[in-house]
Amino acid sequence: MRRISTPLTKEIIKTLRCGQEILLSGTIYTARDQAHKRLREAIKKHKKLPFGLNNQIIYYCGPTNTPRGKIIGSCGPTTSSRMDSFTPLLLKKGLKGIVGKGERSREVVGAIKKSKAVYFLAPAGCGALLAKKVKSSKIIAYKDLGPEAIRKLEVKDFPLIVGIDSQGRSVYAAQ
Amino acid sequence: MKRINSNIITKTIINLCVEANLNLRRDVLSALKSACRKENNSRAKNILGDIIQNAAIARKERLAICQDTGMPLVFAEIGQDVKIIGDLKKAINKGIDKGYKKASLRNSIVGDPLLRGNSKYSPAVIHIDLVKGNKLKLTVLPKGFGCENKSALKMFNPTVSIDEVGKFIINTVKAAGPNACPPYVVGVGIGGTADYACLLAKKALLRKIRNPKSKLEKDLLASINKLNIGPMGLGGDTTALAVNIETYPTHIAGLPVAVNISCHALRSATEVL
Repeated sequence: MRRISTPLTKEIIKTLRCGQEILLSGTIYTARDQAHKRLREAIKKHKKLPFGLNNQIIYYCGPTNTPRGKIIGSCGPTTSSRMDSFTPLLLKKGLKGIVGKGERSREVVGAIKKSKAVYFLAPAGCGALLAKKVKSSKIIAYKDLGPEAIRKLEVKDFPLIVGIDSQGRSVYAAQ
Repeated sequence: MKRINSNIITKTIINLCVEANLNLRRDVLSALKSACRKENNSRAKNILGDIIQNAAIARKERLAICQDTGMPLVFAEIGQDVKIIGDLKKAINKGIDKGYKKASLRNSIVGDPLLRGNSKYSPAVIHIDLVKGNKLKLTVLPKGFGCENKSALKMFNPTVSIDEVGKFIINTVKAAGPNACPPYVVGVGIGGTADYACLLAKKALLRKIRNPKSKLEKDLLASINKLNIGPMGLGGDTTALAVNIETYPTHIAGLPVAVNISCHALRSATEVL
């Protein structure tokens, strides 16, 4: 299986095809519903974001609490469609990769194509398996949101499927 | 009269929270294994393999099967010859708090549905039923919201055909599509009132998923598995592991039908005191 590492360069993104299975290594940032709401507010008010979005990957994930002696708890993807209304803005601000589960709206597919970005699917409901692929985890913003805080994760061989590629082709449409 | 102290109830709930969230139900695991053996789509087969492996890792590493450790539901069937010493609901919620903390589960519950605020482990949604006898049966069902969000209720006319009812159930699964972590277990409640049909649909998820109980369950399962949604929504023969239907008498003027979908991580644990 193909291995890719962050940062997601234009060259890498260009070669990814919808339906392709890959193993991702490098840095990704968790953010889900409430973190997206705050990111959008920060962008609208021209405030500094907790991390530079440029060429980065956001993972729609709210892990469990971390058991003693572990790096992270169970940490699978959450339903992506709830983030649909936020995604075009983040892509406009330089976001290049998204990891989640399930379908996206037509607007999001269009925005992914326009931004030459990529949407990955992570194995849904496999949070324990995915926890084993996380090598470090650190809360970097919105700690008060608990499981919805933004975490910076270092992952190794994180198993993903290309859900929507940079040409706007969706694995669900192909079915 | 049998006396049960609320401390025992708290202790039991703690154990049930840990058991339900870390150890996948045996009937669900064997249904997944059997589906994996029969699956013809190679990607679907691999994903089912991942799901089975995930359950094994969760059990071995003491990790939650899924990071969405749900909104906890507690079903308490209290024998009418039982006297509970102390505050039952408080004891249950204390057990939820302690159990979720003990197993490092997720605090997914906001205190106010509109104002949201910081999340906590409890309260649980508690359903209490008074039954015959001198036992107390406690069940914890952690319900993830990816699938809970896909629930549906329809109040049919009483003259509607069974086919129409079936179509509604199938369409509810179709609407959930790839988003609610298929393969699903489809809980269905038919009859009673609007609220009661919803409760029956939820309770249907507690029933073991071994064999279809009726022709309707069997036929619906076959139709749903022809939808080609498949594991992760990427196609395959396995869209649902089971369709469990519970029924109750209803009014001459209506036919309530509720659907409560569970993701493949259908978790629950029960103990009788």
